[in-house]
Amino acid sequence: MRTVAVVGASLAGLSAARSLRKRGYDGRLVVIGDEPHRPYDRPPLSKEFLAGAIGEADLALERDDEDLRAEWVLGVRATGLDRTERAIRLADGREIRADGVVIATGAAARTLPGTEGLAGVHALRTLDDARALRDELARGGRLVVIGGGFIGAEVASTAYALGLEVTVIEAAPTPLAGPLGEAMGGIVSALHTDHGVQLLCGVGVKGLSGERRVDAVLLEDGRSVPADTVVVGVGARPCVEWLQGSGVALDNGVKCGADGRTSLAGVVAVGDCANWYDPHTGIHRRVEHWTGALERPDAAVATLLAHGATEPGAPRPAYFWSDQYGVKIQFVGHAAGADSVTVEEGTTDDRSFLAVYRRAGRPVAVLGMNQPRLFTRWRKQFTAAAS
Amino acid sequence: MIPACRLADLPRGEAHRLDIDPPVSVFHTDDGELFAIDDTCTHQDASLADGWLEGCEVECPLHASKFDLRTGAVDAPPAKLPVRTHEVVVEDGTVYVRLSTEAPNLPPCIASRLAGGPA
Repeated sequence: MRTVAVVGASLAGLSAARSLRKRGYDGRLVVIGDEPHRPYDRPPLSKEFLAGAIGEADLALERDDEDLRAEWVLGVRATGLDRTERAIRLADGREIRADGVVIATGAAARTLPGTEGLAGVHALRTLDDARALRDELARGGRLVVIGGGFIGAEVASTAYALGLEVTVIEAAPTPLAGPLGEAMGGIVSALHTDHGVQLLCGVGVKGLSGERRVDAVLLEDGRSVPADTVVVGVGARPCVEWLQGSGVALDNGVKCGADGRTSLAGVVAVGDCANWYDPHTGIHRRVEHWTGALERPDAAVATLLAHGATEPGAPRPAYFWSDQYGVKIQFVGHAAGADSVTVEEGTTDDRSFLAVYRRAGRPVAVLGMNQPRLFTRWRKQFTAAAS
Repeated sequence: MIPACRLADLPRGEAHRLDIDPPVSVFHTDDGELFAIDDTCTHQDASLADGWLEGCEVECPLHASKFDLRTGAVDAPPAKLPVRTHEVVVEDGTVYVRLSTEAPNLPPCIASRLAGGPA
């Protein structure tokens, strides 16, 4: 293999590039990114960076002394993959030929149709998004967050700490019921009301009002919530449009095997855009967690360098964290399919506890609130049992 | 030298945190070796004593950066800087730590909080 192109320059792309060099790949390495920035860390964008506690230099993922001997093609989008020419087409007309391709194009924030061009309406996915939102929050006033998921909840928490008047609107009856289940979703999202942040659940958003700038969020039940700033946190969609017609099979992102291989030889996919087969559950899962973007590229790169002749090891169970209102929330495993949840340590009222999700008596997930030590022990056991 | 704990009170696979400023932790590995490093992850305010000890590495309990107990080096993001290592001495069943004289690599949120405060 003489040229490998990594399409996507965030954590998954960087991890793939690092893994290529660590595994002895010595050929040409091209990293393509649609943002103009070198790889940066996204989790702080809704937390410490948004709060102004850390700056842009702190977000850099590369070490100062790190040299991957890569050509960085930044600020330009990939628009196509030509399987016969084995080339990546770029938005500026360039083509990059590569024997091996790592697809790491991530996901983009979903938006509300019809809100484009209205000032004061923000999504949060990129550094540029975070800069714009940070400047807006500095004006104070009333913030309405549409979506009670993790991004929305973290933005609400940060804005609350900055002194804004915050309302969170969630279409489902309970926020975070998907990742955490109904019971624990209710407990974790009660952090909002603990702090006097208004939480409106079970009501959809009909639209936004305002001429040039948003002034209110209109709800489907007829209510209107005044807003100086609106953050739309309604999930993300995988960035795979550029692969239409390329021969790479798409199904909720890039459809991958348990080792990241796609339907095309010499092409693997990693990170938020990749829908990996999960051997634990026998289904495909598109995992949008930071740790997946960090850990899985190594398996995909091993597959790429071995021309597909690898035995995939069991991936570590999905792990994610969130920080809200000074509480550390940690979760490992999958809540879906659990038939019971029990609090094993602490109490939910104190927002300091550890809960274990079980299916037929077997642990399938663990949630910790402000219990990093105990959670880590459970995560260790849990991971050992899964491998 | 600072006394940390009795060796008998620190089983293999466990860590003991010294609440000094900045905190330092002593790790007793499964192979029976003792190491001391700065307790705070260089990325964010997390206690490495709460982390995941495996071999001669400890993984931060929050964000998965792993630190080599022998050298302090970090293997993976989000942390980018090493932790300091400190000398460990065992005398008469007591574990002592001889603190490094280097400057610690504290995470930006803590470093900014400490700036201007007493060293």
